[in-house]
Amino acid sequence: MTSTVAPVATPTPPSSPRRSRSRGTRRGEATAGWLFVLPVILILGTFLLIPVLMALWVSFSDWTGRGSPLSPSVGFVGLDNYAAITTEGGLPTRDFGIALRNNAWYVLLVVPLQTILALTLAVLVSRRILRGRGFLRTAFYFPSVTSSVAITVLWLFLFSFAGPVNAIIGSLGGDGPNWFNDPRGIVHVALGKVGLSAGPDWLTGGQFLGISGWEWLAGPSVAMSALVLMAVFTTSGTFMLLFIAALQNIGYELTEAGMMDGANGWQRFRHITLPQLRPTLFTVITLGLIGCWQVFDQIYTGTQGGPAKTTVTPAYLSYTAAFQNQNWGIGAAIAFILFLIIIVFTLLQRWVLRDRPVSRRRIRAYQPRTARTRLPAEEATR
Amino acid sequence: MTSTTSLTEAAVLTQPTTVAPRRRVRLTPGRVTGQVLLYATLALLAIVYIYPFLVQVATSLKTEQEAALDPVSLIPQTFTTAAYERLFLHSDFPLWFVNSTVVTIVVTLGRVFFVSLAGYALARLRFRGRGVVFALVVAVMAVPTVVLLIPKFLVLNQLGLYDSYAGMILPLLVDAAGVFIMKNFFESIPASVEEQARIDGAGTFRVFWSIVLPMARPALITIVILSFQGSWNELSHFIVSTQSPELTTLTKGVASLASGQLSQGTQYPLKLAAAAIMTIPVAVLFFIFQRRIMNTSEGAVKG
Repeated sequence: MTSTVAPVATPTPPSSPRRSRSRGTRRGEATAGWLFVLPVILILGTFLLIPVLMALWVSFSDWTGRGSPLSPSVGFVGLDNYAAITTEGGLPTRDFGIALRNNAWYVLLVVPLQTILALTLAVLVSRRILRGRGFLRTAFYFPSVTSSVAITVLWLFLFSFAGPVNAIIGSLGGDGPNWFNDPRGIVHVALGKVGLSAGPDWLTGGQFLGISGWEWLAGPSVAMSALVLMAVFTTSGTFMLLFIAALQNIGYELTEAGMMDGANGWQRFRHITLPQLRPTLFTVITLGLIGCWQVFDQIYTGTQGGPAKTTVTPAYLSYTAAFQNQNWGIGAAIAFILFLIIIVFTLLQRWVLRDRPVSRRRIRAYQPRTARTRLPAEEATR
Repeated sequence: MTSTTSLTEAAVLTQPTTVAPRRRVRLTPGRVTGQVLLYATLALLAIVYIYPFLVQVATSLKTEQEAALDPVSLIPQTFTTAAYERLFLHSDFPLWFVNSTVVTIVVTLGRVFFVSLAGYALARLRFRGRGVVFALVVAVMAVPTVVLLIPKFLVLNQLGLYDSYAGMILPLLVDAAGVFIMKNFFESIPASVEEQARIDGAGTFRVFWSIVLPMARPALITIVILSFQGSWNELSHFIVSTQSPELTTLTKGVASLASGQLSQGTQYPLKLAAAAIMTIPVAVLFFIFQRRIMNTSEGAVKG
């Protein structure tokens, strides 16, 4: 983020005569500047920077939640807390593994679904001739403004065993599951339908973070799937607005040129619109990834990690480890690993969607003759 | 979550609008079918997005038995406001509502003031260390909120602010994304007006307060929307900063309702009524500033 933002930080230097005069008249400017940013520095420093450093210390300590973590009776235990959740193979490792698995499946489903849905909605409501456009945009965006607690309460009702969703599935001749009480992974359920109810030995044998390969591949539980649908429902509106804004900024000329060349609607979208949406796509996917690894409110309000721990996420596990089980070191360690995961995904995403340099020869092929001859001159003036 | 989502929304709220040229399109049979399909799809999607909220309000007005027997219908057979009476007369719900309102108003006012103050200084005032301060603000924006649950508790506890209004409000009072938004905005408006006032002898704060701030109305509205929505919907911070029932906010209270603390049985009408009421203030805000948020080309307010 720093790299994209940094250029904005340096304002264009004002012309020299004005500068010299204003230096004379603005003697108190530096003092005023510091006074103006002081509240922000104090609050961000006290409630963000110091806490992060304190938590980092706690993650290397054996603090049990009594007294101050900075008191001399608290001992330094090195990487013990980190080892407990990653390599030791006990209950904390297993819990962390389960939380990672749950959240990974959640990310794997939510990010593509919400991106595709948001893009689809944006394209549909961005058509130049459309009745009820304002109404539709409002309808699609509204879930995004409501609180996660309120939506979760609504979702618990919609997906309850005798709730509206199952009633609708029933009226269509189907048989709805007991959503929030069903711990079966949906991949396992699907495999069970074709008669595969136990994994092959090579999958059930090996373990990673205390969980067998077969369990890793279980898929999100039915309960988690309901939460996946909720996330898609609530975030697609926000991202739709981002795509709408991007679509509005795309010039119509290229699309029109595509029409002249006889490209059909899909071809125009795929080869003209989509490439221009690349930066927005990057933003949406990154924000989606970051958001999805932070699922907490929904779990706290709705499932408390159940059924059978299948909706525990690292964020929720970090909370329960510290605040309920008083394993503060482990809770803090989980939080920092989560932090790392989020940063890695952000960087990875940036790398995958980077602008690949086009070779000089190919660039030349796209440039009209006049522009090509002018290029060195332009270079010189810069 | 606050910083990332608020940045998303800020990007949306401050987007300029360009109106695509309209063209007359001839109606061929293929086009008519296409249009019918398009509107059918949109209608179906609209139902999927709206129905949950309609059934929520409908169920909150049903009796418990009816909510269980006929969860789908949108019209209660026996219309009852029992759930609302119970919430307002026989539960802590009014207290939660007051707490949420107090916190939201203070946080929103504080953020508007502090964030625009800092944004102005970072955009306009020249002082040593400005670049460092701005880099800090940007770095802070990248820290995910859930990672801060334990850290925030540790510091509030250490400072003796745990379980107090101060502990609930102070950490929310400043928002890095807001500083970022205001700084960008101030850089986009010309400095000439301020220069004039300065030459007339006005002090820096006076220039900021009576000349710059009134010009910043569109950006301030953005900050108000984001702060109000953010603090009204905030849950995790209140979980780690309070424990006494007197300081429970709506989000925390309704979350405890959801896990069934006030009730025997499912109590769906009660829970859905609570969730519906807590949605109202944000919904009102949303509809007031709707044109600004939705940025439709029919009537966009210039940003």
